Amino acid sequence: MKHIIRVLPAGADIVVDEWLLLHDSETALSRLAEHAMQRVILPLPLWRTLRDGTESFDPSSTGVWIASDDEYEDVACELLDLPLIAVDFPSFRDGRGYSVAYLLRTRYGFRGELRAIGDVLRDQLFYMRRCGFDSFEVRADKDIRDALKGLAAYTIRYQGSVDDPVPLFRKRAEAAPSLPDEHWEP
Amino acid sequence: MYRYDQYDLELLEQRTAQFRDQVARRLSGALSEEEFLPLRLQNGLYLQRHAYMLRVAIPYGTLSANQLRVLAEIAERWDRGYGHFTTRQNVQFNWIHLEDAPDIMDRLAEAEMHAIQTSGNVVRNITTEQFAGVAADEVMDPRPLAEILRQWSTMNPEFAFLPRKFKIAISSSATDRAAVKAHDVGLYLYRGEQGEALLKVLVGGGLGRTPMLGTVIREALPWRHLTTYVEAVLRVYNRHGRRDNKYKARIKILVQALGADAFSTEVEREWEQIKDSPATITKAEYLRVAAHFAQPPYADAEGDAAIVAAQRQASPAFARWCRRNVHAHQVAGYACVTLSTKPGMAAPPGDVTSAQMRAVADWAEQYGFGEIRVSHEQNLILPDVRQRDLYALWQEAEAAGLATANIGLLTDVIACPGGDYCSLANARSIPVAQAIQARFQNLDFLHDLGELSLNISGCVNACGHHHLGNIGVLGVDKNGEEWYQVTLGGNQGLEAAIGKVIGRAFRAEEMPDVIDKIVATFCTHRAGDESFSETYTRIGLAPFKERVYAQEGV
Repeated sequence: MKHIIRVLPAGADIVVDEWLLLHDSETALSRLAEHAMQRVILPLPLWRTLRDGTESFDPSSTGVWIASDDEYEDVACELLDLPLIAVDFPSFRDGRGYSVAYLLRTRYGFRGELRAIGDVLRDQLFYMRRCGFDSFEVRADKDIRDALKGLAAYTIRYQGSVDDPVPLFRKRAEAAPSLPDEHWEP
Repeated sequence: MYRYDQYDLELLEQRTAQFRDQVARRLSGALSEEEFLPLRLQNGLYLQRHAYMLRVAIPYGTLSANQLRVLAEIAERWDRGYGHFTTRQNVQFNWIHLEDAPDIMDRLAEAEMHAIQTSGNVVRNITTEQFAGVAADEVMDPRPLAEILRQWSTMNPEFAFLPRKFKIAISSSATDRAAVKAHDVGLYLYRGEQGEALLKVLVGGGLGRTPMLGTVIREALPWRHLTTYVEAVLRVYNRHGRRDNKYKARIKILVQALGADAFSTEVEREWEQIKDSPATITKAEYLRVAAHFAQPPYADAEGDAAIVAAQRQASPAFARWCRRNVHAHQVAGYACVTLSTKPGMAAPPGDVTSAQMRAVADWAEQYGFGEIRVSHEQNLILPDVRQRDLYALWQEAEAAGLATANIGLLTDVIACPGGDYCSLANARSIPVAQAIQARFQNLDFLHDLGELSLNISGCVNACGHHHLGNIGVLGVDKNGEEWYQVTLGGNQGLEAAIGKVIGRAFRAEEMPDVIDKIVATFCTHRAGDESFSETYTRIGLAPFKERVYAQEGV
């Protein structure tokens, strides 16, 4: 049984993965039929095809995964209703997924599960979490219990992001009296 | 200078703990070298020809005396007794063992220093000019905004894996001493008509394989929007910058591909969405940070000028040093002093021994307010010296080998470590620099030549900024042999220009003669007191080329 890391209000934990990730658009259709009863994560191009086609599929048990060079913004508003969006990291050094996550959460207001898939490793989890991911499919050859430690690395952050949009300096200022700001120049 | 509070310290402690764990996992094999590589790079650790190199961050080139002593200690305990100051105002240690790196990080952290983001595909050390806060021609002190930007960019989660490295510089003087136009993002801070603090934003400058100067994409940006605007630039770059080819991954290639106008439109569109977000800088934060850069308690030193004038009269050597190495200060009776790290054969450009570092730290306390700066020309600066102390300082610096009177002159060579250390280099930089320095030892002649910059890089990555040198030298590999390509006409500052290649490359042993011929051509054509770059602008490349290649085929 496959496991993922899931961040819930109670904290981050290792849980059973209830989704089936269909990597390949070519074979996904036939596999979709095989797994008719299961929750599946479709490649974005296949999701587009199904959406435009006649075959019905259940949006409540369908997720979509976005490749790092997929154009998704034209359909972003439709993706908001999905229970899950996954963002692929073809290599952990490819940082596009961080901006995709940031935009899905802040610009489009996606509230469902946002999952990092692909080359997902312990030492990047903290940054991914900050950008709005709340579930992580850690690379299969890695120890997922070890990876969980990656979320606990820091309690201080200078800048705001999805997890906490208020930068440290505004918290520092809470202790100090606030100053009228509007037209002040250094 | 900026001092850490409990938050800064805690963050740094968590970072060093994380790094110690990452090194342990690498040593145990839990992390592969491929996985460890970007992690160690983001902590300043490169694997070089002989050992690991550690690049320690010196934010906008400012150090305290205590910090410089800690660097001296690190050089002695874990390296070979010296450090190399770089064109990004940082310092590098060349002989580091991976096993020692966590202890070094802890020692740095105790002195409020680190090596975070001195390497890797991230926002690098924010640089500014070496005389920030004291330069006589300064418009505004750029350091508060530099520090605010440093904090914003430090471990920014969205931009930790950019397509390529990302360099930002900010300057606010009549002269640009920070090479702003050669940066991924360059910022000029200035006053608007109503006295408001504004920024001119340039994007897409950079040297390396495809040298380009930055293009202005935004005028009159109010200071409080600095971080959100940079965020917009980075988001556009992170999403659309090329990742298929390392050599086309810098933001300049994206700006070129889209065109500066289209790129600017894209940035503005993104910025509209975030411009008044909580990242917008507040007055309270500006004042909190600026308080760290408040003027030190200067004495009434107006009488000092007369003392130093008499001393200059009495000693021509001191007068010569004053002319090149002493710079105007905002406060009457004070001066900024550049300690030259370019003595010639005695040491490679930018190299400073532990003993020298300790001496400089002592002078900073004795003759100043305990602060030292690093220039992007790789020299050390004492920013607040009373003029009556200049003579004593000069004598001590002379004894320590740090008083070569050559700032801005031909032998003030900017050079990367080159093939002696760096595994990227195609050729060595240091022997060529030293051979040229040895050829031009006559100080009177050098002073007569006037301002003339010579920059040497051991490969196209251009750490020696060779494109910006009046004379640029680039090490190239030809069938496994070291050759050197010469460019002329480069310039830094407001009149920044990229040098042009003069012709076929040369062997190392030819280089002093080549420079000799270039200098001779300048002397022949020079009108009055023209600088090299003025003469070059007037007569162009051809006369130099003719002279340099004259004897070929004879």
